[in-house]
Amino acid sequence: MTNSVEIKNLDLQFGAVKVLQDLNLDIGKGEFLVLLGSSGCGKSTLLNCIAGLLDVSGGQIHINGTNVTWAEPSERGIGMVFQSYALYPQMTVEGNLSFGLKNAKLPKSEIESRVKRASEILQIEPLLKRKPAALSGGQRQRVAIGRALVRDVDVFLFDEPLSNLDAKLRADLRVEIKRLHHSLQNTMIYVTHDQIEAMTLADRIAIMRGGQIMQLGSPDEIYGRPVNKYVADFIGSPSMNFLEGKIKDGAFHVGDLAIPLADYAFADGAPNNLDATIGIRPEHVVTGELVGNAAYQVDVEVSLIEPTGSDTLVDCTVAGNHFRVRMDGQSRVSVGQKLRIGINPSMASLFDLKSELRL
Amino acid sequence: MASTRPNQLFRNKSAKIAAIPMIVTALFVFVGGTAWTIVYSFTSSGLLPRLKWVGLDQYERLWDTRKWLISIENLAIYGLSMLILVFVIGFILAALIDQKIRFENTIRTVILYPYALSFVVTGLVWQWILNPEFGVQNIVRGWGWETFTFDPLYNAEIAIFGILIAGLWQGSGLVMVLMLAGLRGIDQDVWKAARVDGIPAWKTYLLIVIPMMRPVFITTLVLVVTGIVKIYDLIVAQTGGGPGIATEVPAKYVYDMMFQANNLGQGFAASTMMLLTVALVVIPWAILEFGGSKNRG
Repeated sequence: MTNSVEIKNLDLQFGAVKVLQDLNLDIGKGEFLVLLGSSGCGKSTLLNCIAGLLDVSGGQIHINGTNVTWAEPSERGIGMVFQSYALYPQMTVEGNLSFGLKNAKLPKSEIESRVKRASEILQIEPLLKRKPAALSGGQRQRVAIGRALVRDVDVFLFDEPLSNLDAKLRADLRVEIKRLHHSLQNTMIYVTHDQIEAMTLADRIAIMRGGQIMQLGSPDEIYGRPVNKYVADFIGSPSMNFLEGKIKDGAFHVGDLAIPLADYAFADGAPNNLDATIGIRPEHVVTGELVGNAAYQVDVEVSLIEPTGSDTLVDCTVAGNHFRVRMDGQSRVSVGQKLRIGINPSMASLFDLKSELRL
Repeated sequence: MASTRPNQLFRNKSAKIAAIPMIVTALFVFVGGTAWTIVYSFTSSGLLPRLKWVGLDQYERLWDTRKWLISIENLAIYGLSMLILVFVIGFILAALIDQKIRFENTIRTVILYPYALSFVVTGLVWQWILNPEFGVQNIVRGWGWETFTFDPLYNAEIAIFGILIAGLWQGSGLVMVLMLAGLRGIDQDVWKAARVDGIPAWKTYLLIVIPMMRPVFITTLVLVVTGIVKIYDLIVAQTGGGPGIATEVPAKYVYDMMFQANNLGQGFAASTMMLLTVALVVIPWAILEFGGSKNRG
């Protein structure tokens, strides 16, 4: 697989502030890459650098094998979709789609066929004569995607395209973007702070923090084997439970408890006498009949219940730490009830307490 | 507990009471004053108003007076030039400042500063600057260009443009600040989208940004046009209407008739003509802007 976008040692500074530092990233042809991080992590900045909307301070950007580090955005072979749609309000949908093409002096028939194709793919043909003000948020974002589509480019950049939409529409359009990627097979780079979007859309996710990529991997890897405590905490909702303790003699000791680590796949051998944090996802804690099979079992008292319909989140205390358990929505539990829970260390993550890196 | 719906008249009582003085003032001073002026423009009022009807005599005299015709012509020249130039200069300044330059606040203040000066001060300053004896002409001649001539205020043909320079100097800052606020209100993503589409900057301004700034343009237009129509003090301070009657304007004609020539009737007729002119511009615009809202989409 050849690379579609290559980012080499990219630096970006605003005055004394380093926004991106020595960033390297290769994106394959037809890959869907999601840049995920909380606000201020540099994900949008990186996307703007790829688009050419920001001048980099150092490093290179290659798109389709050409060095485009100093090329104008329009010459890079990219199309971009923005959070605020950024449609031209006084033009009709058709005008929005064709404006860039007209400006590039493309033949009229070519413009017409491209607009027709894009509007068919996105099902916005009935809207062509309307102005953006007369469209709903979802329709507007579809037009914005269409504007990228008519450019007939290999690389699509999405800058939080669904953040301005309500939850239901967001879910619908998310599916549509995924479908679009399947049918077009373009390279797509997608910036979001929404982990659900990232998990559902991505071939690979790059988790960013402080201008650097913390972890780059498939959604499975990111979810199952986070490289550090930050990634573990960031991914997953409700978030991971963390218990601080000590690894000693093949078990994790926290308070009076000793969780056996025989099943845990250490990266390079089990350490001994090391201060560490164990991370257990609420959905990996077992209850009810399954408890018997778990490697470690403990009795807790239910302190709070949050029913969400499909699931019920149960708050309790394990070795003095706040601990959350996800149970089936049908389970009948009440506050104050004693509950036996089971933990499987094979599903857990262990981090060095000091460096916060995965063990 | 009151079971009936409270009287609508007494809702938001304090707000209504607070608005009464302004409503009364507006009705009496503006509507009343306007009506009174129009009525008395059909009389032969001299030093004092009196109801002696003369029909359209005052208007016939008005349109036979050379001073009035020159006033109208001057207002047209000044108004049109001012309107175009103040928008062009103000917008270009705003666009330049919007490029994320350094010392933006300082530059903005410097350019807006003239607006803080009254027209009287502006007029006097520019009277001096444009004075051939010790103004620009004298300075340039001092540099060695002995034949340089620049004395607009002393040449009846172009004196109104001397006023225009002062007016532009005073007014451009305000237009710039309003335009800058408008530019800042434009979503940065639109600029980015235009760059990705490969639209050159000037085209983005002309075809995308300026149409998006329509509300700001309308506000600015109203401010600039009212400033043009009521222009009076700048003329008085800078040229006094001279040389001769070369820089007379309608507002000054009205004032001169009413308080210098003791000819109220003539002054009323002139002000009614001014009102008519403004109404001819404003009413069609208001109908277009507010009346047709149903058809807009």
